[in-house]
Amino acid sequence: MSTATIPRPTKPWGLSFRQSIPDLVGAVATLLISFAIVGYSPLKGKLGFVATLLIVSIFVSAMISGVRRDRKAALNSISTVMIYVAGLFVILPLVSILYEIGRRGITGLSWGIFTTDMAVTSSDAPLDEGGLLHAVVGTLYIVLIATVFSVPIGILTSLYLTEIKGRAAGTIRFFVQAMSGIPSIVAGLFIYAVWMIALGNQYSAFAGAMALAILMIPTVARTSEEVLKLIPSDLREAGLALGGTQWRTVAMIILPAAQSGLITAVILGIARVAGETAPLLLTMGGADALNLNPFNGNSSAIPFYVWKNFSLGTENAVARAWTGVLVLMLIVLFFFSLTRFLANRKGRV
Amino acid sequence: MRGFGINFTTRSPSRNHLSAHFILGNSSITHVSTAAPTLPPKRVITTKPRFSDKVFRAVVTTGGFSSLVILGLISLFLLYNGLNVFKSEGLKFITGFDWIVPQPDAGVPAQYGIGAMLWGTIVIGLIALFFGFPISVGAALFLSYYAPEWLKKPMVLVIDVMAAIPSIVFGLWGYFILMPHAEYWAKIIHKYLGFIPIFDMPAPVFTRSPFIAGLVLAIMIIPIITSITREIFAQTPLDRIQAAYALGATKWSMIKAVVIPYGRGGVIGGAMLGLGRAIGETVAVYTVLNIVFDIRIEVLLSAGGSVASMIVNKFGEANPDELKALMASGFVLFLVTLLINFLANFIINRTARES
Amino acid sequence: MSSIQGVEKMTQDNPVHSLASVAAANSKAEQQKRIPGTGIEARKIHAWFGDKHVIDDVSIDFYPGTVTALIGPSGCGKSTFIRILNRMHEFIPTAAMAGEVLREGKDIYEPGTDVTKIRLGIGMVFQKPNPFPSMTIKENVLSGLRLAQLKVSNQEELLESCLVRSGLWSEVKDRLNEYGGALSGGQQQRLCIARSLAVNPQVLLMDEPCSALDPGSTLRIEETIRELSSSMTIIIVTHNMQQAARVSDRTGFFLSDGGPGRLIECSSTTEIFSTPKDKRTEDYVTGRFG
Repeated sequence: MSTATIPRPTKPWGLSFRQSIPDLVGAVATLLISFAIVGYSPLKGKLGFVATLLIVSIFVSAMISGVRRDRKAALNSISTVMIYVAGLFVILPLVSILYEIGRRGITGLSWGIFTTDMAVTSSDAPLDEGGLLHAVVGTLYIVLIATVFSVPIGILTSLYLTEIKGRAAGTIRFFVQAMSGIPSIVAGLFIYAVWMIALGNQYSAFAGAMALAILMIPTVARTSEEVLKLIPSDLREAGLALGGTQWRTVAMIILPAAQSGLITAVILGIARVAGETAPLLLTMGGADALNLNPFNGNSSAIPFYVWKNFSLGTENAVARAWTGVLVLMLIVLFFFSLTRFLANRKGRV
Repeated sequence: MRGFGINFTTRSPSRNHLSAHFILGNSSITHVSTAAPTLPPKRVITTKPRFSDKVFRAVVTTGGFSSLVILGLISLFLLYNGLNVFKSEGLKFITGFDWIVPQPDAGVPAQYGIGAMLWGTIVIGLIALFFGFPISVGAALFLSYYAPEWLKKPMVLVIDVMAAIPSIVFGLWGYFILMPHAEYWAKIIHKYLGFIPIFDMPAPVFTRSPFIAGLVLAIMIIPIITSITREIFAQTPLDRIQAAYALGATKWSMIKAVVIPYGRGGVIGGAMLGLGRAIGETVAVYTVLNIVFDIRIEVLLSAGGSVASMIVNKFGEANPDELKALMASGFVLFLVTLLINFLANFIINRTARES
Repeated sequence: MSSIQGVEKMTQDNPVHSLASVAAANSKAEQQKRIPGTGIEARKIHAWFGDKHVIDDVSIDFYPGTVTALIGPSGCGKSTFIRILNRMHEFIPTAAMAGEVLREGKDIYEPGTDVTKIRLGIGMVFQKPNPFPSMTIKENVLSGLRLAQLKVSNQEELLESCLVRSGLWSEVKDRLNEYGGALSGGQQQRLCIARSLAVNPQVLLMDEPCSALDPGSTLRIEETIRELSSSMTIIIVTHNMQQAARVSDRTGFFLSDGGPGRLIECSSTTEIFSTPKDKRTEDYVTGRFG
């Protein structure tokens, strides 16, 4: 074989510098035109400038493509710009939300807020007084109790759909899907009607937890069904061929095999309900003091705490509300990252 | 569903009928009249499940039926509690737009009508779709066909995080950060397009209007619609796409010719799911909307309402009589959301099956 | 050299003729061993999936202490047939069958039989090795006991004997507490064999146990099969004719002409490979089709 050199890889389909010149010219022109429009028209401010920029860039790129090729290309350019803009609009809100939560919540954040409640402090008092201990404990309670109720029901539902597959399976799957669309306030109204009106109980964390359980069951059921469907059927067959009964095959082979996925399903459910507000407003009462009894008496939770402070509206109360939001977001993001971490780890097993 | 976009490797709506399955209990396989006279009849196979398995099946079946039971109970209790109100108001409950708490001393009878709230719910839902739907579809197209590889994963992460943000966070953010900007834009819209009735303003109060509520809801439903739309676009058959390119199509004409017609049904289903979420949203709407029992078409004005936020608004001070009316409202909201979700899932499942 | 290596050499030298001589060499040695009470008999078996007739009137008597290979092209119902033998066929929703399967004179499909007990006596090894991923090697082998709630006085002894019989003991005796997934494909399959042995079946069904394995593991498992046949009845479905010749005493040839699968011929392996009675059998074993 001759020692001819191998040619270097090139991408002849990319744009050369000469071909890109019109685009660069167009970009500069867009900026100049936008400045001009903003300077001479009532459109002012950052938003005004951005909006003008977008519209002008649509026109300019359309013109360039139209001149360079044809009408179809012009349409293509317009749509490309708009689609890029759509992509941007999706990212912007999140950036803004995270930034503002951090900026506004940090002022009230201190170690002290995790050790005191608002029993003796008014919402309007300076930020170094009082805290959200009662809210944190409340959230803990309701999440725990909701999990205790919803996880067995959710997993039993998914077992029914994957193991027993009775004639009602299609109907049940349909109803679980329907249940995931229940507005959270309806769940709250229902628990209020049953637990408080019909059975005559008072506000409590337990009532709030039941409302959350209703919202949590569909998430747990649907995710665990997906997980169980992934277990290869020959594991089940091997267990049965060994002479196992159905329940032992499920308990000893299938559920352990699906372990990490099921845990993910549970955490997904928790993250779904941890931030819910509306049902709590109807069932918990919104106490200011720490209530260690989840089954009796007014209780609060973090979303409720935020709500109360927001409703008051004074400067310090609003600052407290933002701090509460910051704590809530940290909790939700924690669970979110946990599910991601577990899901990625599962892939390696 | 509101989730974190955990994608498991298979996600098929169809059911695999040939996978292993228990036929324990006295199941019977029906006798078939044999075509060829020499074939023996099929045997009836019975098994006697062990007691432990019987218990297992009973427990699992009970758990499985619980969602049906819960949905049924919800309908039952709300209907029962609101029944008197339905009976006394009749159809006017839905169409009337006065909400008068009875004051027996002053001789004022009760009058409950959620017509204005239903109207408001629809209006803000439509506004939410108006802004949210194009952005979602655009973002889905961006992720599927335009985005560079390094951008895809972070952006999907962003969308999933947005889906996880609690609604009260949106409420606060909407009130403090979005509303000032939205007011500014509302003023501009009114200034230049005020001749159109819906942009007219009987009084110059721009805060807490259906417009702003719709904007907040739009941002909240973008993650759902984008996720579903992306999944649908991902199912577009590759050979059709390549055929379009081979015929000389630009990216946009390819999308118009192949992707959108193929995914139309599913995308609409996704939009309906988003709408369903918007309709049921309570707290985020409550913070940015001023509840007024009146049917208006001026969306920029600080007056509107939605059924969900009204319930929260009135709950605190409601006497037992008014509570029944709130239960009735909840029942109506429940039915409407259920209907929209049924329809949306039906459309999505049907298009998935056809493809 | 061992019988397996001898087989290899012979098959390399002269493919067609050597199959017959290999079969002869093996089955003559085993003809003497008939362990009473471990046999299984299939009588007039039919099978359907919905309305599709997939097995037509198959009757085979599997003698105790023998290895029977079921050969034939894909899709003629061999796997379905052995699943009827241990009552796994009925898990498929549209499945139906007719005929009888007799163990020690009793039909396993008789109403009122305890199905889980049946399966304890008839073990199964699957095509793709499937050790339970959440269990260690030791737990995998003993899993059958837990699944069927069997009490055994000395678990360690049983563990060792099963692993020895399946030829895996020397390789794993120092890592019994590792997870089953860490083993190679061939080792995993032998682990599955050991697992099946732990519940002491009299019949062992094997559905193409070596088709997912490399040739070296295949030969080792065939050794295991020969050794196991001294204490139980083995029925093995295989696409590999050389394997059938190497390993089995009797062979059954299945064929489907587009309709249901039928048993064309079933007799001693020597006969099937050297003097088959049916032309179709001869065409298949000489490689003219299939």
